[in-house]
Amino acid sequence: MDKFTTLTGIAAPMPLVNVDTDMIIPKQFLKTIKRSGLGVNLFDEMRYDRDGNENPEFVLNQPQYRDAEILVGGENFGCGSSREHAPWAIKDFGIACVIAPSFADIFFNNCFKNGILPIALPQEQVDILMKDAKKGANARMTVDLEAQTITTSDGEVIGFEVDPFKKHCLLNGLDDIGLTMEHAAKIDAFEANLRSQRPWA
Amino acid sequence: MSPKTLYDKIWDAHLVNEAEDGTCLLYIDRHLVHEVTSPQAFEGLRMAGRKVRAPDKTIAVPDHNVPTTAGRENPENMTEDSRIQVAALDKNAKEFGIHYYPVSDVRQGIVHIIGPEQGWTQPGMTIVCGDSHTATHGAFGALAHGIGTSEVEHVLATQTLIQKKSKNMKVEITGRLRPGVTAKDITLSVIGETGTAGGTGYVIEYCGEAIRDLSMEGRMTVCNMAIEGGARAGLIAPDEKTFDYVKGRAHAPKGAAWEAALAYWKTLYTDEGAVFDKVVTIRGEDIAPVVTWGTSPEDVLPITDVVPAPEDFDGGKVEAARRSLDYMGLTPGMPLSEIEIDTVFIGSCTNGRIEDLRAAAEILKGKHVKDGLRAMVVPGSGLVRAQAEEEGLADIFREAGFEWRMAGCSMCLAMNPDQLAEGERCASTSNRNFEGRQGYKGRTHLVSPAMAAAAAITGHLTDVREMM
Repeated sequence: MDKFTTLTGIAAPMPLVNVDTDMIIPKQFLKTIKRSGLGVNLFDEMRYDRDGNENPEFVLNQPQYRDAEILVGGENFGCGSSREHAPWAIKDFGIACVIAPSFADIFFNNCFKNGILPIALPQEQVDILMKDAKKGANARMTVDLEAQTITTSDGEVIGFEVDPFKKHCLLNGLDDIGLTMEHAAKIDAFEANLRSQRPWA
Repeated sequence: MSPKTLYDKIWDAHLVNEAEDGTCLLYIDRHLVHEVTSPQAFEGLRMAGRKVRAPDKTIAVPDHNVPTTAGRENPENMTEDSRIQVAALDKNAKEFGIHYYPVSDVRQGIVHIIGPEQGWTQPGMTIVCGDSHTATHGAFGALAHGIGTSEVEHVLATQTLIQKKSKNMKVEITGRLRPGVTAKDITLSVIGETGTAGGTGYVIEYCGEAIRDLSMEGRMTVCNMAIEGGARAGLIAPDEKTFDYVKGRAHAPKGAAWEAALAYWKTLYTDEGAVFDKVVTIRGEDIAPVVTWGTSPEDVLPITDVVPAPEDFDGGKVEAARRSLDYMGLTPGMPLSEIEIDTVFIGSCTNGRIEDLRAAAEILKGKHVKDGLRAMVVPGSGLVRAQAEEEGLADIFREAGFEWRMAGCSMCLAMNPDQLAEGERCASTSNRNFEGRQGYKGRTHLVSPAMAAAAAITGHLTDVREMM
């Protein structure tokens, strides 16, 4: 997994509540058996018309946001299906940090597995960052995971919370399976106990 | 010992390890797998030279991306990308030695319908699947939830999941439901009340007389949409109805194992005095047959109501409602029962079980769908389909002008050719009304099976109580 340490980049404003995973990556792109190449279809139905022409009003089509690496969104970001294609598409586009007042549970977890840092902040602080993002390409913000801070283009510093274990994995690009394998003896013991206590399971 | 909730009990019984920061390793009893969210996980195993740790606890079935038309056993009748995905699951199931129900098997169906049907789903278990509607299995008093593909790979390799415990939420539906009101109306009304993020960070336990009165099918409908309320999972304590449903199924415990299992299952309830972090109570008598008007499952209103205006809302929801109304092509103030539809879809893991088909057939008996309206029934499994044929329901649907399809997810997520065309409006028994969910620019109104049947007859959203 890619590490996430610090990121300084353009932030795209997307002030919509309930951005769902069908919006992020419509189902016709779930037919792949790979993880890569989904960035071009990120927000496909909002980003293109039926003939594949770009919708010039959509934020990621605007010249100042085409290279965005941070997305600032609304409440309940990533609701809907469990499709990991959503974070795969976001990452493949080049976005490695999503900031919103709240996230849907599965999407939030999926981000961490793919080198993306999702940050939940109170609405007032998201409003400050949304305003900063609206300034366009000259206003870059910096996200520092180690320090747990976001610095706006004006130098305002906003702190954020992150789960210590998830932070550790993201900072070091650690693979969960490898970490869990370190507990193999405990899993063996659990299974042995299960066979005697709840053999039907 | 301090009193525990049902969720606490299941959690504690599956704890393999707990780190100082509260990060836990949870043992997984059943892992359900389908063709869309698993290929990358199996590929990951292969690349790392890993095996499936517990193939006997891993069950696979293709459902999301399969055609629902006759002759689909022949791969040539699938689109190329579906064929590749289904072939990948065929190959992976064989190579890793997991249980498998291929398209040609009568037991094939939507993963959340066949888990309970085959007796894989049992009380007190932990059950995961790379699909958010895994919450369905919570109806049995199992802790069941959706996971992403990286987690699918993690469970395949280790039979565990890295988790932090959620908070406890109680949703109590008191009293009795009125005639014409179903489990679907309960679950939509709860989301209407709490919002799509109201359950975020929680596991919900549904309880109360109206929940107890539901059949297992109805309870599955309620838990299925826990995710639409933002919750990680929904649970209902098992009781005699649960045990009766499980007993005798192919993979249910038998003989002495059954007795031992039953004794354990009877301990699975929330103790007197256990504390919930959040409680929502709704009177069963206050629930009406409902429909959704917008593009979020929280956009719920009784069928007797009118389309709301953006100004009726606060904060970010004002703009969201404006966008929804524009997308849905609706005008504020218009009675919901005057919204004309051109498609009806009955099926999905929410409402594709036998009881759902019976409820729809009851309304449709001796009637015909409105001229020009397209209507389809997609049974949740091959066995539901067979039973419906045996009971004569299939004939009622066909005579009413419905297409009678093979089992699968179909138009619930429209990955296969079952889709809405641009601007088409559908009364659907599925679970999501997101933009584009049932097809590009398609418009979805979520309803119960009986309400879908009523709408099919009249050609507009209809209060089913007028037909009873």
